[in-house]
Amino acid sequence: MKLTLGDKTLSAVIYILLFVLGFAAFYPFWNAAVISFNSGNDTMRGGITFWPREFTLENYAVVFKDERLLGGFAVSMLRTVVGTLLSILATAIFAYGMTKTWLIGRKFYMVVCIVTMFFSGGLIPTYLLIRELQLIDTFWVMVVPGLISVWNMIIFRTFFKGMPAGLDESARIDGCSNWGVLFRIILPLSGPVLATLALFTAVYHWNDWFAPSIYISNVDLLPIQTKLQQILNSNIMLEQMSQMDSAAASHLNRMKTVTTKSLSMATMMVATVPILCVYPFVQKYFVKGVMIGSLKE
Amino acid sequence: MKRLGRGRKPKLTEDLLRQWDVQLMVLPALLFILVFSYIPMYGVLMAFQDYNIFTGFMSSPWVGFKHFERFFHAPEFWSVIRNTVVISLLKLFIGFPAPILLALMLNEIHNRVFKRTIQTISYLPHFISWVIVSGFVTSLLSTDNGSFNILLQQLNLIDEPINFLSIPEYFWTILVTTGVWKEIGFSSIVYLAAITGVDPQLYEAGAMDGASRLRQMFSITLPSILPVIIIFLILNIGNLLNAGFEDILLLGANPVLRDVADVIDTYVYRVGIQNNRYSYATAVGLFKGVLSVALLAGANYAARRSGNSLW
Repeated sequence: MKLTLGDKTLSAVIYILLFVLGFAAFYPFWNAAVISFNSGNDTMRGGITFWPREFTLENYAVVFKDERLLGGFAVSMLRTVVGTLLSILATAIFAYGMTKTWLIGRKFYMVVCIVTMFFSGGLIPTYLLIRELQLIDTFWVMVVPGLISVWNMIIFRTFFKGMPAGLDESARIDGCSNWGVLFRIILPLSGPVLATLALFTAVYHWNDWFAPSIYISNVDLLPIQTKLQQILNSNIMLEQMSQMDSAAASHLNRMKTVTTKSLSMATMMVATVPILCVYPFVQKYFVKGVMIGSLKE
Repeated sequence: MKRLGRGRKPKLTEDLLRQWDVQLMVLPALLFILVFSYIPMYGVLMAFQDYNIFTGFMSSPWVGFKHFERFFHAPEFWSVIRNTVVISLLKLFIGFPAPILLALMLNEIHNRVFKRTIQTISYLPHFISWVIVSGFVTSLLSTDNGSFNILLQQLNLIDEPINFLSIPEYFWTILVTTGVWKEIGFSSIVYLAAITGVDPQLYEAGAMDGASRLRQMFSITLPSILPVIIIFLILNIGNLLNAGFEDILLLGANPVLRDVADVIDTYVYRVGIQNNRYSYATAVGLFKGVLSVALLAGANYAARRSGNSLW
């Protein structure tokens, strides 16, 4: 097929646009990483963009020595692992039960689920419920409320339904119970959907900062994202102050801002790296997972 | 049924007992949904009460539409409504077509390595928390050698660094751009998948008739994926009043921005959680919920008339 001049121009324009987009998507990460590897005092002089000027690991050394930050990472890890495992397990069991056409009440159960996708009590009634349940200031407030996800249940169910019915029957003939079929046959064959949903759930748990910020006041129980948010917020306040203050005070405040800036960049990097390590490998699965989730109600 | 002898269990109970193991798979989960989704839905009724935290839901006095009227007469009412509508519409008009455009462009790329690299990089921001994204934005826009200010200075567009995040005029632009930046790649996945389903013969026929690549893009690819686009458009319209929450809370943290940044959801958070005005905040949230459902129904009605419906 011959390409006309117009087609070639189009191609060139698209390549350029996509390159710009890719650059824009990547640059903030790169710049933050560069600042985190640059000495804090030097960053203050300005002009750090693509490459560190005074390379140092000092910022990371501070982050990894700070017990509060380390505690935050530990809470985040624990929450992500426990929350993801429990949620995926509970939701998969639920979904498998819902695939059985002979299940009494199935249609009603489904309606109960679908309604929650369109209506919710909202922030305040949920908050008061959590209070009533005595979940405030406990680790479990980060795990329990999100245990069953209707959305994930539907994705699981769609996937299970797509499996050959013979699998189920032959296992049953061999004397396997329904629970046995789920754990010995169905789940071991559900790798892709398990990987996708586990990734999404884990990312949710790792990234969630808001729920802990309203439900948890005990600093030792706060995950890293919430702590990071508090640090960044106080940075903004400092920067605001530095602009209103007199020149001398402003200089002092700027120094504080910039060094905390380097530190918060280092913390941000540490909080981002686990995700960066995982998602490219699950990419081929989640493209499929997104499709099932979004097109089959 | 009438002939069931004495001593025999009714059929329903018998059937339930026979499938008790599978019922055991679903009933605990349903109980869970009942507690964590339906109790709060019922709790919405406190919008019509003067909820008292000490006496609880059951013994708080009913006050009718008092809190709704208060909200309608509140000094923030119009700015909150305006911000919610404007920010949502901006996100809809810019954030909705952007991933479609990206998918169309990616579809024109035949160099596999380049295509995959761009895809992988563009998915990345979706997986990052808003806290970190707001950290990036604050850092890039900072007057203290934020990259964006450096760029503008080197291009001689400005003399002094501008503190973008404390000037109300820039807030909506920053918010919408950040939103597009975060979700454009990930949202393009569905459209890309839809594009792969387009019949290649259509392109051959198009090329035969002398259609340029640009022409094929808009006359073949785009119409072919229109049903997918419409479904997502309806879903987006249902979410129209969800102008954003985490992003606005984090990027609009500066009190100077409140006048342009406060939307219904952040307002509910501020008066409800921070000022403990539970009933009032619930009423505001309920007001939004009712409008959202009406919007979704309206959008679906319009779509049904055009032949695509959600349900």
